Amino acid sequence: MSLSRGALIAVSAATVAACGGNQNMFNPHGPAARSIATLGWWLFAVCGAVYVLVLLTALWAVARRWQVSDDAPAKLQTLARSVTGATVITAIILIGFTVASVVAGRGLTSPSGPGAVTVDVIGHQWWWEFQYRDVTPSDFVTSPNELHVPVGVPVRLQASSRDVIHSFWVPNLHGKRDLIPGLSTETWIEADTAGIYRGQCAEFCGVQHARMAFVIVAEPMSAFLEWIAHQRMPAAEPAAGDARRGFDVFQRSTCITCHTIRGTRAGSRIGPELTHVGSRLMIGAGTLPNTRASLVEWVANPHSVKPGVRMPPTPLAAADRDAVVTYLRSLR
Amino acid sequence: MSGDGSPLELTEDTALAGELARAWYVPRGIVGWFSVVDHRTIGKRYIVTAFGFFIIAGILAGLMRIQLAVPNNHFLGPDLYNQVFTTHGTMMMFLFAVPIMEALGVYLVPLMIGARNIAFPRLNTFSYFVYLFGGVMLTATMLLNTAPDVGWFAYVPLAGPDFSPGKRADFWAQLITFTEVSGLAVAVELVATIFKTRAPGMSLNRMPLFVWSMLVTAFMVIFAMPSVVTSSTFLLLDRLVGTHFYNPAEGGDALLWQHLFWFFGHPEVYIIFVPALGIVSSIVTTFTRRPVFGYTAMVLSLVATGFIGFGLWVHHMFATGLPQLGLTYFTAASMIIAIPSGVQIFCWIASLWRGRPRMETPLLFVMGFIAIFVLGGLSGVTLASLPFDLQVHDTYYVVAHFHYVLIGGALFPLLGGIFYWFPKMTGRMLSDRLGRTTFWVLFAGFNTTFFPMHIVGIEGMPRRVYTYPAELGWGTLNLVSSTGAILLVLGGILLLYNIVRSSIAGVAAPSNPWGADTLEWSVSSPPPVYNFLYVPVVEGRNALWDRADDPPIVTGIRSDCREVLVTTVMDATPSNKCSYPEPSIWPFLCAVVTSACFIGSIFTPWALPVAILPLTITLIGWFWPKDERSDSSTARARERSEAA
Repeated sequence: MSLSRGALIAVSAATVAACGGNQNMFNPHGPAARSIATLGWWLFAVCGAVYVLVLLTALWAVARRWQVSDDAPAKLQTLARSVTGATVITAIILIGFTVASVVAGRGLTSPSGPGAVTVDVIGHQWWWEFQYRDVTPSDFVTSPNELHVPVGVPVRLQASSRDVIHSFWVPNLHGKRDLIPGLSTETWIEADTAGIYRGQCAEFCGVQHARMAFVIVAEPMSAFLEWIAHQRMPAAEPAAGDARRGFDVFQRSTCITCHTIRGTRAGSRIGPELTHVGSRLMIGAGTLPNTRASLVEWVANPHSVKPGVRMPPTPLAAADRDAVVTYLRSLR
Repeated sequence: MSGDGSPLELTEDTALAGELARAWYVPRGIVGWFSVVDHRTIGKRYIVTAFGFFIIAGILAGLMRIQLAVPNNHFLGPDLYNQVFTTHGTMMMFLFAVPIMEALGVYLVPLMIGARNIAFPRLNTFSYFVYLFGGVMLTATMLLNTAPDVGWFAYVPLAGPDFSPGKRADFWAQLITFTEVSGLAVAVELVATIFKTRAPGMSLNRMPLFVWSMLVTAFMVIFAMPSVVTSSTFLLLDRLVGTHFYNPAEGGDALLWQHLFWFFGHPEVYIIFVPALGIVSSIVTTFTRRPVFGYTAMVLSLVATGFIGFGLWVHHMFATGLPQLGLTYFTAASMIIAIPSGVQIFCWIASLWRGRPRMETPLLFVMGFIAIFVLGGLSGVTLASLPFDLQVHDTYYVVAHFHYVLIGGALFPLLGGIFYWFPKMTGRMLSDRLGRTTFWVLFAGFNTTFFPMHIVGIEGMPRRVYTYPAELGWGTLNLVSSTGAILLVLGGILLLYNIVRSSIAGVAAPSNPWGADTLEWSVSSPPPVYNFLYVPVVEGRNALWDRADDPPIVTGIRSDCREVLVTTVMDATPSNKCSYPEPSIWPFLCAVVTSACFIGSIFTPWALPVAILPLTITLIGWFWPKDERSDSSTARARERSEAA
């Protein structure tokens, strides 16, 4: 298990961002995005044709200067008929667009099959919290900035916000859904190919709106269940070595005022949960790949890469900081 | 104009001109500068000021293009970038686009309908100074690092007290108040001017299309602005005195803001765009030397745009999770508004087809308008489609769309209008050769800058991000956009150079250099202070083309004081006479007090009660009744101006 997971992380850290069309709406990997893309191509084709026609007519109208202009009634009537005809055609096209939009839109509001998984999406300035509920509250799983979904199964997302309005958006899978404080909105996504997709906040939400991204990992149901089971486990307490030192530093420094690591004293829910932080692909809400170097940089001063982020710099001695990073990386 | 010009008549005309010039004098000196109530002077000040803000907002756009030229750039930090894009949008919308269109109306409408001044001239002066002070305030906040940073539509709760501490969002909300007050004032003046002071014979169905477009715009301002007054006042109250209109924790509603704002915000786009349609119609008529094709259809389209424009606001909120059935209505409504726009495009093409167009600079800009605006309109149709919008909403696709609509649909006609009316306003022609070069540089620059944004939007780049990761592959197209911006700057410099050079050494403009049909071209360039020696009588839709050789004129209006003719709304038959006010310093003083109160109320609610007394004093001064015999006040004024 850990081997395949490790390999996955190594490969995907590179691919998350490297894949050229990764946030391209015309590169759909789910039924919703596919039907929007099909609609989009139709809209573009028809609008493109209309544009070319209108422009050519306008150019022809000014270019035909050699024509003797006269105001003969017959000629005016022809013009009037042409204008009326063009208007009628415009109306027909628009009605067509409206019908096509309604038909495509109906398929988007509710999933094609029964939803197997429900995830709460909670927006924070400037990170994402994904919560998998369970009948047993202690089995709730919280995964910040990384949403795992099973392939081929509709996943229901219940969206809310802790502060300002954000918008959940994974272009490869579906359009946007706003996260509005005081309201609960709903959407669903379904990935039909396994892979790693990128999502990003689409509603301006403050200083670091630009760096409020997340990763979606779509994997076969078995792998997904395995992941969930693994995420439910509390963090292992390191017995000795650098990781142990990191654990001690973490527990006695300001880290625990914001972060949770299940199985330890750290239980605050202001910042992202770190119980399995070592298993994640990215850190800082999709800002940096989860490598040792970037963790060191982040812990020392997150503002150097994400100015304005809510996490303050943590003034630790270099050795302590490295130990904390070792500890965090051990939280797989 | 009137008859064969016998020596006797000429002397009479000279005497009359002298008398009118004394009655409608423009005050001089420093106090005089602040007391002017003349619509041409105020109109020109509005235009120059609006272009000043356009340049500032354009520089901000240039800074953004530098920042976005390459991924992970460090030119502007996130905090500064957010201030820059907010101020760019706010300034362009509230301090450039709307005011410049209203400014053209202030300058041109009285001239086009045969009036001597705009109705409520002192209100006009007041509105200009309120606008100017509001704009200066916003510019100052940019320089003081306290510029708003919440986007030009300032969504709550981000703009609310909890998430925007400090005063940045207050400056934004109060700027809205400034522009509301001045915008509403001008709208009321325009409606009154158009409805009650048209020259006899200019019935509604003979009104120039430009005047129709200003009328529709003014009504849209009157119906749309109260909504944003409400929303921004709620925001200020939330921030200043702790109300909870938008605070969900206390039963407020975050979506309420979006409804109120977009109920104004979408018509706002048409408030900018509809006057441009009027400009296009004027230019097309003149340069094809034919009445515009389908006058009735054009008027109906303008009015329909005005109505339907109020029924689309929810298409800005497609992603908020509102009920599907309601959203379907807004998809349909957003599609429908393409029909009146389409009708107008088809009518202009028919006009071009029918006539023998003279391809001079103004018409060149109209052709550019058609090429750009039609594309923007079509991308707007795609945005009306709910499913498609869910993907491209709040991406650079939308940024591309609204720049195509606003620059193509409003700025290009406006620049065409500047080339067209510059001779009338200044008495000098702009260089046509330089104008053509300017057009091509701007056209190329515009498309290079904004077309790639459609593609990066589809590739998933959200708007309002200060930077983006290199791995997503948006770098190249962003660099292309930034390169295009250089051309836009170059085009702007060419235009400015043309204006400055022509103002100093341009060819003197005759009264009607283009052979146009509307009344403003019947008077000298620039027009005399009283606009028309004789109030004209209009005999057809194209006033100057349909005019008899010896046109009838209106007599019986006093020329020794500011007396004007009032006509009926529908048929413009003379019904009454009315006396317009003299220049006065009070509207300016009132604007100073009002502005101080607005700015003060950002910091303390006491600003309002404290301002009441000075405000009352200035209003008393403003509305102090004239002497019963208005001659005597004119006589005094005459003495003053002669002394000066």
